[in-house]
Amino acid sequence: MTAEMNLTIDGLQVDIQDEKNILEVIRKAHIELPTFCYHSELSVYGACRLCMVEVEGRGLVAACSTAPEPGMKLRTQTPQVRELRKMNIELLLASGNHDCPTCGKSGSCKLQSLAERLGVTKIRFKAPIPERPLDTSSPSILRDPSKCILCGDCVRFCDEIQGIGAIGFTHRGSEATVAPAFNKGIAEVDCVNCGQCAAVCPVGAITVKSDIEQVFAALGDPAKTVIVQVAPAVRSAIGEAFGLPNDTFSTMGRIVSALRRLGFHKVYDTSFTADLTIWEEATEFLQRKEKGGKLPLFTSCCPAWVKLVEHDLPEILDNLSSCRSPQAMFGSLAKEILPGKLGVKREDLVVVSVMPCTAKKFEATRPELGQVGAPDTDLVITTQELARMIQDAGLVFEELPVESLDMPFGFKTGAGVIFANSGGVSEAVVRYVAGQLGEESPAIRELRSDRSRRTLELPTRLGPVRIGVVYGLAEAQRLVKEIQAGESDLDFVEVMACPGGCIGGAGQPVTHSDKVRGQRTQAIRRVDAALDLHCPQENHYVKEIYSERLETPNSHQAHHLLHTHYQSRRRIQGEGISLSEVTGVPKIPVSFCVGTACHLRGAEVLLKKVMACVEEEDLGERFDVRATFCMEACDRGPTVKVDDIVLHGATVESVMGLIREVLVEKVE
Amino acid sequence: MSTVAMDLNLEKIGTDYDAVASRCARRVVICAGTGCMAGGALKVFKAMHEEAKAQGISLEINLDFEETGDRDGLLTKSGCQGFCQMGPLMSIEPDGILYCGVKPADVAEILRKTFRGGELVERLLYKVPATGQVCKGHGDIPFYTQQKRTVLAACGSMDPEDVREYIARGGYAGIRKAVLEMSDEDICKSMLDSGLRGRGGGGFPTGRKWDLTRIQPKGKKYIVCNGDEGDPGAFMDRSVMEGNPHAVIEGMMIAARAVGADEGYVYVRAEYPLAVARLRRAVKAAEEIGILGEAIFGSDFSFRLQVMEGAGAFVCGEETALLASIEGKRGMPMPKPPFPAQSGLWGKPTVINNVETLASVPLILSHGPAWYRAMGTAKSPGTKTFALTGHVANTGLIEVPFGATLRQIVFEIGGGITGKDGAIDNDAFKAVQIGGPSGGCLTREHLDLPMDFDSLTSIGAMVGSGGLVVMNQSTCMVRIAKFFMQFTQNESCGKCVPCREGTKQMLQLLDDITEGRATEETLPLLEQLARNVKLGSLCGLGKTAPNPVLSTLKQFRAEYEAHVHRKVCPSRECKALVTPEIKADRCKGCTLCARKCPVGAIEGERKALHTIDASKCIRCGVCVEACKFNAISGI
Repeated sequence: MTAEMNLTIDGLQVDIQDEKNILEVIRKAHIELPTFCYHSELSVYGACRLCMVEVEGRGLVAACSTAPEPGMKLRTQTPQVRELRKMNIELLLASGNHDCPTCGKSGSCKLQSLAERLGVTKIRFKAPIPERPLDTSSPSILRDPSKCILCGDCVRFCDEIQGIGAIGFTHRGSEATVAPAFNKGIAEVDCVNCGQCAAVCPVGAITVKSDIEQVFAALGDPAKTVIVQVAPAVRSAIGEAFGLPNDTFSTMGRIVSALRRLGFHKVYDTSFTADLTIWEEATEFLQRKEKGGKLPLFTSCCPAWVKLVEHDLPEILDNLSSCRSPQAMFGSLAKEILPGKLGVKREDLVVVSVMPCTAKKFEATRPELGQVGAPDTDLVITTQELARMIQDAGLVFEELPVESLDMPFGFKTGAGVIFANSGGVSEAVVRYVAGQLGEESPAIRELRSDRSRRTLELPTRLGPVRIGVVYGLAEAQRLVKEIQAGESDLDFVEVMACPGGCIGGAGQPVTHSDKVRGQRTQAIRRVDAALDLHCPQENHYVKEIYSERLETPNSHQAHHLLHTHYQSRRRIQGEGISLSEVTGVPKIPVSFCVGTACHLRGAEVLLKKVMACVEEEDLGERFDVRATFCMEACDRGPTVKVDDIVLHGATVESVMGLIREVLVEKVE
Repeated sequence: MSTVAMDLNLEKIGTDYDAVASRCARRVVICAGTGCMAGGALKVFKAMHEEAKAQGISLEINLDFEETGDRDGLLTKSGCQGFCQMGPLMSIEPDGILYCGVKPADVAEILRKTFRGGELVERLLYKVPATGQVCKGHGDIPFYTQQKRTVLAACGSMDPEDVREYIARGGYAGIRKAVLEMSDEDICKSMLDSGLRGRGGGGFPTGRKWDLTRIQPKGKKYIVCNGDEGDPGAFMDRSVMEGNPHAVIEGMMIAARAVGADEGYVYVRAEYPLAVARLRRAVKAAEEIGILGEAIFGSDFSFRLQVMEGAGAFVCGEETALLASIEGKRGMPMPKPPFPAQSGLWGKPTVINNVETLASVPLILSHGPAWYRAMGTAKSPGTKTFALTGHVANTGLIEVPFGATLRQIVFEIGGGITGKDGAIDNDAFKAVQIGGPSGGCLTREHLDLPMDFDSLTSIGAMVGSGGLVVMNQSTCMVRIAKFFMQFTQNESCGKCVPCREGTKQMLQLLDDITEGRATEETLPLLEQLARNVKLGSLCGLGKTAPNPVLSTLKQFRAEYEAHVHRKVCPSRECKALVTPEIKADRCKGCTLCARKCPVGAIEGERKALHTIDASKCIRCGVCVEACKFNAISGI
């Protein structure tokens, strides 16, 4: 360490390594500079102005957007810096409906804790607070714009990490809000319910939609028998809600006893159906590989990913595994088997699931996963909500006895548990196909890395199998594009929407620390390591179900209970309006997007010019010029499609060039 | 295009134009700036054309290059001539006449007297309000003689829609010199030597900005012209774009040559339709004669230009927000660094310059840096345009060398202060708000302060965009501060906390003050908040938004205190603090006010003094309008 690579923070020398900004250097020096809008995984936004510090010779700067320079002298605690910080908090408290005791985020709210930390005890500002109605449209999340502080974390997460952009800013000044397009309900746009907006929201503006009251109501209904499944990731994180370490053994046992005390008739483990999923999915994969079916096979456990494919990638719907998710398989089996076993009527059995995930709430409402008016999974609550139920009931979690799950659906191998981690589904498939490889094997090490994308090759009896693992839907979309462009050649791709997989789900207890994800991952690995069985095929209760009910994986009966189908959710599926003369001869379609964005970029003028050129070159016989609706590439317009080739930023020359090319190709 | 460019001969275009133009005995220029257009300039133009025909005077509106005979005159429109108050304006050369407030009904007389008889139409000439002296034209009207019109020189006398006239006056010689005779470094050095500083408000040296962009790795670079002039009361950039669009284009081309860019955008606010139309026409004309396009002047330099309309947000005048807006994104500023010179439009190195800055560039290249430096002050060379409005006799667009004093501008060019009744009353001078919503307040003690970047900054004001609002003694300074605060809080993009929430609360506190709700805590809180908004905001909009408040608090604190502590508005402009009353010496007891009052707050017998019950009065103002004797005040 040379003297030149130092800077001074409040008189203390700190070395500069590869930090992108002085905020990271300051935090490295154990000073927790407050921020709302800074996330190491997101772009720098610079809006909350809480991280402002004094740099000698430069005055006040925002630490998040200032690069460290050797010799800089920073001060983080001057009277001016402190005043600015406190005033920003006071302004935010005055800006909306920040009524802490009744807020869903109370206790895990950053604004609340910073107000406390910085000693903001009075709000002197009195401008009227604008009314902003709740958005209750989504089954997964609740938006309360009256609490929004416009840090933009949700907007950037949705756009940058998930590649969706379901929400954005509208209006300006003090009327600025975060909203879906045209101020629609969030459920009416292409939100996939991953809930990460709620997970990053530092305040109570986006929260997980609570279904606690419905669960309490079912538990209180003497006519109902209420059973519950607990997803593998729940055990890795619920302790956080009670200030306990992520120690999973006693945690799962306490979850069981808490659920029994809350009145659940039976307590099961979703890891059981995760084992079952591997039997089905691995068989589906091997069959496709053997018989030359559509590959790569994408996993379908993650409901956010599935919905994204339905919205934006309908062309790969056939590549999605037809397997239902473990939650859905559980619901279907429970409704099929348990009424007989427990001696209750099907309609009196209530299946509740506890999930780390907000998208599971949406998945449970899918009409194809259940009978008319009777979903297989009746109610879904998240880890957060379970913790709240436990608190509501006054149960002292850490003092609860450790109890065992009910059989048979409480039985699992380690393969079912590691579903909670990104790479876990793939590892379970690997165990199913190739048996358990050692922890030190290169394949397993690659699978267990925490990068958002991993690829590996596994030798099997069918030859080498190339596996891809991604988390974050933007990364998944990039991978799909590469596959479609022939740049990436994979046989099996596991996709999880949330960072780190389900352990990073938005239903987990709210955390503002970036260390927690790793702790949860390790907790799941410890459970796997401690179990006796690790390969899905070793689950004898699964075997029993096959022999009693399902015959073999992918059998007709298995398909009926354990598989599903998907639908395109493209907003506009119209064919477009033909502008050419109809002659009856099949023509090559030339489609011009005349949606708003392309129109503004001159699509209509372009269309007219190309039509004139087509006529001039006497190509009208061969080409059918059409006006179509939005092709959803608004940022790259005008968009024109000639046959199947899409052209962005189209000009008369480029369209005509392509038309001629296609013509030559067709003639040949 | 390249063959056209190779053949491009500016001298020939110029001499051809002059040859044809010189066959016209007179040049009549009707100001078609936005102000005069609103006053009916186009009707005057039409009437002039038709009446000339009727009187048998050959007054052409298009130069006919085929025609060889002599003509009585050439009639064209121009951009803003600056003297907006007196519009519609008509200048006649070589007579040196400027007719003011011309109406279609006047043109017959003008043609008869001036064209046929060589006489003046005296009633249309300007009279100095203070002295009554009659002025013939630009040569003796103090409004013009006291100015140094440089960037605006061509604006009011040239047809902005005729590229040939621009060329005939030496236009596009600057870019030719830049392309054929200078290296990119030479051009940047010329700019640095000239000392030209950005006219958008910040005053950053233009040459340095260019050089920072020039030294970026070769590849795609952009030139952006910031024509998003959004300050209330400012219209300098609009006038340049309307009056001399080719100068803006040429300035951008020179910048492009200097930094290695081949594409440019002019970002104009959509509220300037005439500027947009004139720029688009100018771009087309420049493309047609081969000035814009590929292989310009036969060199390897290519340049393409697009004119883009903004969508009406003040914040898009901030450069990073402007770039976001061009990219089709929401107009929100981004933290700097990176600066646009490093990563600008679509992540490429980008020069963003203001309209006035770019329009100065061709002049500097043609006349040399030393010529430019000879004007203005050592640290602020050149001239500056200002939009002069408010309680001043001559409102309009002016241009003076940096370093001119406020006294010269207000009392000599502006012709003095107008009092409450509109008459000249120089004692009524109270203050000048400079730089619009980002600027500050100048008072009597600043009358002899040189107007340049550094002097103004040193007293807490700024050149800013160049708006000058003159105020007389009847103006309430708290309301002025509130007006600008209303503007900035409305135009804040809503991104950063201090600007979004701080300006809203500042406005609320000002409301409290003007409406009598203020307490002992209000002023200290307002000051504390203003300081933090200034220090904490992300971009220039928020950083400067508190300036009007801070500067009026500094200069007119007693006025604030009167509002807060005594609940009195000394200028009697804040309705809530003024008790409505009927003046005994004026009231004739006509009963009209009592009959018109919708809430029955006025009582009084016929021919006796009437009274207003303040507790009933809703301050609707009906009585004030009704009263023929100006007896009611405080409403």
